[in-house]
Amino acid sequence: MRLFRLLGRLVLASLAHIGRFSLLLAELLRGLPEWRVWLPRTVAEARSIGMGSLFIVVLISAFAGGVTAFQSGYQWQTSLPLYVLGTLVVSTIVLELGPVLTGLILAGRIGARYAAELGTMRVTEQIDALESLGRSPASHLILPRVLAGFIMIPALVIIANVVGVVAGWLAVKQVLPITDADFMYGAQYYYRSFDGYYSVIKAIAFAGAITLIPCYMGFNTKQGAEGVGRSTTAAVVSSSVVILLLDTLLAKILLN
Amino acid sequence: MIELTGVQKRFGEQIVLDGVDFTVAEGETVALLGPSGTGKSVLLKHINGLIHPDAGKVVVDGSDVGHLPRKVLALLRTKIGYVFQNGALFDSMDVFENVRLGVADEALFKDLAYCEDRVMQCLGLVNLAPDVARKYPAQLSGGMRKRVGIARAIAGAPKYLLYDEPTSGLDPVNADIIDALVRRLDNELGVTSVMVTHDVRGAFRVANRLALLSDGRIVLQGTPEEFRASADPTVRAFLERDFEDPSFAA
Repeated sequence: MRLFRLLGRLVLASLAHIGRFSLLLAELLRGLPEWRVWLPRTVAEARSIGMGSLFIVVLISAFAGGVTAFQSGYQWQTSLPLYVLGTLVVSTIVLELGPVLTGLILAGRIGARYAAELGTMRVTEQIDALESLGRSPASHLILPRVLAGFIMIPALVIIANVVGVVAGWLAVKQVLPITDADFMYGAQYYYRSFDGYYSVIKAIAFAGAITLIPCYMGFNTKQGAEGVGRSTTAAVVSSSVVILLLDTLLAKILLN
Repeated sequence: MIELTGVQKRFGEQIVLDGVDFTVAEGETVALLGPSGTGKSVLLKHINGLIHPDAGKVVVDGSDVGHLPRKVLALLRTKIGYVFQNGALFDSMDVFENVRLGVADEALFKDLAYCEDRVMQCLGLVNLAPDVARKYPAQLSGGMRKRVGIARAIAGAPKYLLYDEPTSGLDPVNADIIDALVRRLDNELGVTSVMVTHDVRGAFRVANRLALLSDGRIVLQGTPEEFRASADPTVRAFLERDFEDPSFAA
């Protein structure tokens, strides 16, 4: 009996989350015509998350490229042609490490910030104050954050891909006698233009997880400072899990 | 006119409002009294639609607040200034931008010259110096934050003003200043006000009508004289401490 009650509560809570999340999405769509409100804020937010995240994204992708190259060198079989290393580094970075590592880092960096900012605004009644002035929190607070994420996260993933490949290229030359021409040949030989699109499609999907989930969590924060902490943690964990789920789902749908 | 009829609200298992009937006529200043945690702020938030009732009706100027379309509700809210308990100032904006957000008319909001004049005028009305405009909320004292909150609420020239515990957390001197300010604004701006408070002394000074909320219901609505004369044990228990103070009783 207790198990059924627990299960019932879980189902009801999940349905409530789905309902509230759908209402938030509807509010965002309704806010789109108010572009005079969200556009300047979106530009400011995009600049903030772009400039603020660039260093950590470059750092992570450079290390990812370097480590991919060093591990490839460690496991290398002399029977394989060296140019395959170009294929390996480019494919690993563009198809997987560039978007996923950037997504996870940004879930921590941007997602936590969004959830904490909106959560604090909720518990200090700033969101209520905005509504009481007849202004829409969706247009003023959420749309700029979400749209900035959809613009900047794919851009950061593209930068991460380029940095990761260059770092991998430089690193692989340190461990194996590969020439630039071999690396370039391998990089281009198996590369399909769809690989680049796939990377950007993943980045756009991850941008949804990194922005919408934390905004939803922050917007629905309850119970003071403790609630803000809970929302922030839940936002980072949920968006990271959703990124990994989307990663698997998109690989299955688009690569098979 | 504000009319609440049979308003019920519960949060989970807790019944906060249990059939509240409450009326505020045009030009009145009504103080809503009650012990902490009895749902006074919840009741106030029903008036501008920040919270919707589970049952009952909230009618402002003939409009049923709980059933208004989104845009109509937003328009109605521009007629209702709301002063939050802790100011609820936007901490990423300076005082000027905070007060400017209160300018409800979009055309006027974009007119920077008008906004500069209006913000300075509103800061003057709440006895704040013009140089406060460039400060951030974190640089202000509690009393100043409350006054900026009032300036923001009046910037759009509202018809109604709702005050949520405007004097809570203030020392007696600052509480008196805020009480005097509320009274002066009501007279100068001719607004209809509802003030939620548990400060009996301040309520008797400011309001021309009082209401006592207890256990989710309005126990008594009436003039200060009717409150003083009431034999209701809940009213007596709530007012007793202040009635014993000779300065208040006079």
